[in-house]
Amino acid sequence: MPVPPTHVLIISLLLFSVGMIGVLIRRNVIIILMSIELIMNAANLNLIAFSRQLNNLVGQVFGVFTIAVAAGEVAVGLAVVLALYRNRATVYVDEVQIMKG
Amino acid sequence: MLRLLWLIPLLPFMGFALNGLLGARVLPRRAVGLIACGTVLLSFLVSLGAVLSLGSLPETAEGLLIDHDARRVTQTLYTWMPLGEGADGRSIGVDWAYVLDPLSAVMLMVVTGVGFLIHVYSVGYMGHEPRPAYARFFSYLNLFMGMMLTLVLGASLPVVFVGWEGVGLCSYLLIGFYYDRMFDEKTGMSCADAGRKAFIVNRIGDMGFLLGMLLLFSLTGTMDIQGVLDQAGTLGPMVCTVAGLLLFVGACGKSAQIPLYVWLPDAMAGPTPVSALIHAATMVTAGVYVLCRMAPMYVLAPGALLVVAVVGAATALLAASMGLAQTDIKKVLAYSTVSQLGYMVLAVGVGAFSAAIFHLLTHAFFKALLFLGAGSVIHALSGEQDITKMGGLRSRLPWTHLTFLVATLAIAGIPPLAGFFSKDEILWKAFVRHPAFWVVGVAGAFMTAFYMTRLYILTFRGMERFGEEARHHLHESPPSMTVPLVALAVLSAVGGWVGIPAVISLGLPNVFEHWLAPVLPAAAAHETSGYAATAAHAAGPLEIGLMALSVGVALAGILLGWLLYEKRPELPERVAAGARGLYLLVYNKYFVDEIYGKVVLAPYYGLCRASAWLDRWVVDGAVNGAGYLTLGSSYTSRGFDEWIVDGLVNLTGNMVRGFSAALRVVQSGLVRSYATVMVLGIFILVSVYLLTMG
Repeated sequence: MPVPPTHVLIISLLLFSVGMIGVLIRRNVIIILMSIELIMNAANLNLIAFSRQLNNLVGQVFGVFTIAVAAGEVAVGLAVVLALYRNRATVYVDEVQIMKG
Repeated sequence: MLRLLWLIPLLPFMGFALNGLLGARVLPRRAVGLIACGTVLLSFLVSLGAVLSLGSLPETAEGLLIDHDARRVTQTLYTWMPLGEGADGRSIGVDWAYVLDPLSAVMLMVVTGVGFLIHVYSVGYMGHEPRPAYARFFSYLNLFMGMMLTLVLGASLPVVFVGWEGVGLCSYLLIGFYYDRMFDEKTGMSCADAGRKAFIVNRIGDMGFLLGMLLLFSLTGTMDIQGVLDQAGTLGPMVCTVAGLLLFVGACGKSAQIPLYVWLPDAMAGPTPVSALIHAATMVTAGVYVLCRMAPMYVLAPGALLVVAVVGAATALLAASMGLAQTDIKKVLAYSTVSQLGYMVLAVGVGAFSAAIFHLLTHAFFKALLFLGAGSVIHALSGEQDITKMGGLRSRLPWTHLTFLVATLAIAGIPPLAGFFSKDEILWKAFVRHPAFWVVGVAGAFMTAFYMTRLYILTFRGMERFGEEARHHLHESPPSMTVPLVALAVLSAVGGWVGIPAVISLGLPNVFEHWLAPVLPAAAAHETSGYAATAAHAAGPLEIGLMALSVGVALAGILLGWLLYEKRPELPERVAAGARGLYLLVYNKYFVDEIYGKVVLAPYYGLCRASAWLDRWVVDGAVNGAGYLTLGSSYTSRGFDEWIVDGLVNLTGNMVRGFSAALRVVQSGLVRSYATVMVLGIFILVSVYLLTMG
């Protein structure tokens, strides 16, 4: 018995909410990155769910693309975090506010 | 030698430059004296050569304008003041030109000859001065010689005027030579004051000279003396009289005539050689010289000549009487000089120009000698000038005594010494003009003989009245001083022989008059009038009679002096006590200085104070008012600038700053707050979209 898309969308919505709240309330930059992954994967779930519903494989291909892009994004993001830590000896985003006006 | 005419004034100027620039520091003392005397000696030699060749003039000479009839040589050096062309196409201008004629020749010999002797004398007299003062003295003295020679040789009135002012300047500088010393304790006059007095009184005369010169220029269009004289006949007697009187005002200042004589007695503040050179022999005779230079014009102005004669006679008499009671050896001589200058001016006034120049010549000899003798006495007595503190110097200063005696007899008019011939010629010519002049002149001659005898006896005879200290230092002067004395004594003795009048020289003509004849008009216009003609007609015996009479008067004066001061020394005080009022009047020189002080100086000082008040309160007030006005408007302007203009600018800035402060809060630098805003924004946009689309 196939899972109806509505359920998938609800899971996706929960996942997105958890990711968004994580981005907004956590100070640790690594956890923020992890939360962004959650948001992206919530989007992937949506793509796959609609792909199955509409019998169109483009959605699933798009999901694979997104995972590849996310991998690249994490690589760059972690490099930035590493550089930040080396220079400022911290991973808390609140302590990095040199752009303050 | 004629072509070296330009060198005559230049040589002393070179001496002035050398001594003035290098004398005080570089040149040794001997060199200073040598340069000063040497330049004047060279000048004398050149003058002598030029004057000798005046007797046999060449037909032509390069650069010289020769007038054989007038025996006049003019050397034009360059055009000094080119003034363009006149209405008739002739070029107007003033040349720097020198003229040598028999008149300037006489002056030239007097100035350079006597000047040289006095320079030599000064080497000894000023020997005790420190070197800077010594060099300063000789540079001034040389400057004076140059200026005097410019005056004498000047062919045009401006050139003469340059010399005229130049000698005035030197006179001022040399009177004030001891500028840090007191001259007259009684009136508190310093030597510098005396110099100033001389300068200022002379300025009054100079003004007259200048006005006369400009008057003549405006009417004749030329400044050249000969040019003016050539046109004098066309000017008319009125112009000649006015111009003559104006020039005479100048002569009054320079030659110390009433009413401008007051500076000369105070000029004695200068060193004694200066008194001898400037204030006896040369400069003060410049006025007489200029009068004689302009003689052809004066002949056309009988009115002016009458004024000249009266002033001269009055000066001769009054100055002689002022000399009677003076106790300062130099002041006696100063009043004597004023008096003798009065004789010269009287001679000019009666038209006896050559007699004036003749007296100028002999006076230069014996008056220079008297001053130098007085200087020798002062030098020997370490600066004492009061004749009441002298006496008995006859044996102590034999050379000074002997030469002084010669000069005393010469000025008193004892034949055959120089003064006799010149003074008698003046007296005779005065008698021909009017006997009143003769009476005044003879009275003056009597007083001259008296005060000179008094001076001689008080100085050289009788008891020694100076202190032990002075006796200790007493010494006859060095040869550099006694040699000029002897030379001048010889000249004073024989100098008059060049002008022995025809009436007693057994028919030989009067050499001096003959020499000057080409320049000076022999007879003034009035000699053709009735009275003078008869007087001239009966000349021979009358002239000899008057001559004998004047010699008798001179002898009487000497005898009276001898009686009062040698025989009965107690008498003068009793005479003074007996005629106390008269004595005080004469002793105080008729209070002329005091009267001038009250009548001229006091109103003048008042005017000065009023001007000063006006200057301080009105002129300065206006200036300060303008200043305060500017200051006030500046303050207003500053307020406007600071509060309005700057206020607007600052307001703009502050506004920007205020808005920026409000907006800056948004730029927190906190990544999470940016994210929150972004999420909220998306939420709102999505909500709006859904609500409007729904």
